[in-house]
Amino acid sequence: MLDRNFYRQLYRIRRVEEELVRLYPTDQITSPIHLSIGQEAVSVGVCEALRPSDVVFGTYRSHAYYLAKGGDLRGMIAELYGKATGVAQGKAGSMHLADPDHGVMGASAVVASTIPQAVGYALAMKMRREDRVVVVFFGDGATEEGVFYESLNFAALRSLPILFICENNSYAIHSPLSSRQASPDICRKAEAMGLLAERLETLDIYELYARTCRRVTELRAGRTAPVLIECLCYRWKEHVGPGEDFAAGYRSAGECRAWQQADVLVTVGSRLNAAVRQEIEQSVEEEIREAFAFAQCSPFPAGNELYTDLYA
Amino acid sequence: MRELTFMQATLEGLAEEMARDPAIFVLGEGIGKRGGNFNTTAGLYELYGERRLRDTPIAERGFVGLACGAAMTGSRPVVDFMFSDFLLDAFAELVNQIAKMQYMSSGRLKMPILLRGCIGIGHSAATHHSGSYYPLYGHVPGLRVVVPSTPADAKGLLKRALNSFDPVVFLEHRELLTTKGKVPDGEHQVEFGRASIVREGKDVTVVAIAITVRHSLAACEELAQEGLSVEVIDPRTVAPLDVETILASVRKTGRLLIADETLAPFGLGAEIAAQVADLGFDDLDAPIRRLNGSHVPTPYSPPLEAAVIPNSKSIAQAIRELAAE
Repeated sequence: MLDRNFYRQLYRIRRVEEELVRLYPTDQITSPIHLSIGQEAVSVGVCEALRPSDVVFGTYRSHAYYLAKGGDLRGMIAELYGKATGVAQGKAGSMHLADPDHGVMGASAVVASTIPQAVGYALAMKMRREDRVVVVFFGDGATEEGVFYESLNFAALRSLPILFICENNSYAIHSPLSSRQASPDICRKAEAMGLLAERLETLDIYELYARTCRRVTELRAGRTAPVLIECLCYRWKEHVGPGEDFAAGYRSAGECRAWQQADVLVTVGSRLNAAVRQEIEQSVEEEIREAFAFAQCSPFPAGNELYTDLYA
Repeated sequence: MRELTFMQATLEGLAEEMARDPAIFVLGEGIGKRGGNFNTTAGLYELYGERRLRDTPIAERGFVGLACGAAMTGSRPVVDFMFSDFLLDAFAELVNQIAKMQYMSSGRLKMPILLRGCIGIGHSAATHHSGSYYPLYGHVPGLRVVVPSTPADAKGLLKRALNSFDPVVFLEHRELLTTKGKVPDGEHQVEFGRASIVREGKDVTVVAIAITVRHSLAACEELAQEGLSVEVIDPRTVAPLDVETILASVRKTGRLLIADETLAPFGLGAEIAAQVADLGFDDLDAPIRRLNGSHVPTPYSPPLEAAVIPNSKSIAQAIRELAAE
């Protein structure tokens, strides 16, 4: 069952983003898009271990965790098309994608800005003695922001039920981690702030899932300090946009190829028999077709929507 | 009606709302046992403990972001900054996150956050403990910006803020904290966006805010003896701004002065002048005048500091000149 769920989620996210790549040149989607292709397994491995009532916060690379947590696909595609039927009625685009009804609390185009929000959410839940947990996804670049340390300190000080997931894909746009941090050991920094921290050296979705299950159970029971899991992963596409960027000179196609040869989607798919795989793929393709058609034929927001929801 | 200080009035308002709504909790530095640098939470720790009076580490961006996340759950954080100058350390969280969250989520996430702190010049604290900056906050869509001048308004507006689902920046002029005034008994709330006509008059309209309301009233006494009748209007909230009440007054007097301690460029006076010029041009008998604090960082040296801000004398003089035009 785990294999099927993983495959369905991974395939769905990959294919949604491939459709975005295919349709982007038509200019029907004008939102900047930061694609997760290649690193979807982090979102899927973590979110599969969560309950629907748990919540996730994230980054502008928002599509994978949004879908993995159960965010509405039709509402997402319509949002990217800027339509009135989008999850934020066209006001958010890709970089502010949120679906609170499904525990996706939001993305932000400002690096590290959702980390303190996730800590605040966890604090409020703990005050109400709810047994939910909060997960916050962020990149390696966010660990250079001051507010990252402020947030870790507060979470540890109050023993909050929060799991920090660092998607370390080695690059902040084009700058490698080694050019940005004198001591690039993110786990040690988290430990210094009073968290438990562990690193996954390979993108092993089964291992990530198992570790997340264990940590989430402990967090829910209030038996552990907050936890940080650093997941080494790799972004196949350019930082922003649908294309590739190996010509930019900051990394090589060969470096990427090594990760592509270990594609988690293929690994998980190979554990299923062909008929099961095909059945999953067909149902996902149909869902995606339907979502894009829905978005395309939805209306744009009316002009009088401009001032709605500015205030409660 | 009882006589309370500004500080006692806001404390009473906060205490009443915390008793009413268990979702309210306070975040800040020294707001627990210590009771707040300006007694903003005095006595509340004994009632509600550290669960609802949360002393924070010295990390403004962190705890403002935290308030944002807590508000998403339906909690009502009150962030107490001591001096609102420290809010600038969290400006990005306020402007980019809190102010925009309701809009960007098409209303699905509410932001019932009260951010409060002292403003104002006049206690030799130099530039990092004297900032006001409400024109900056007023510039941002999605925020409510409250700047009360009396104990009754302070209490009523604070309670209104704690019943609102919008983020409210609540700015308390340090030189007003110990001033006294009558505060109504029983439940008392003041709506946002309703200016107060503090004194009626027919010759000149003065729009004043926070401490300059008091200075303007003192100026009016002096001018009354000279036969000048001055109307003083206190907008009480910068956002929303009650332009209607100002326009109605200008219709009567034909003359408008905006007296404001904060900086003139791109400021509150500029905004009011632009709106009155747009909507009330035909009612004006003279150019609109502004009297502001000097456009410098607040200096420490007491004579220099005093020279920076409008006072009752400079306001009276500005009114005289405007009446003569």
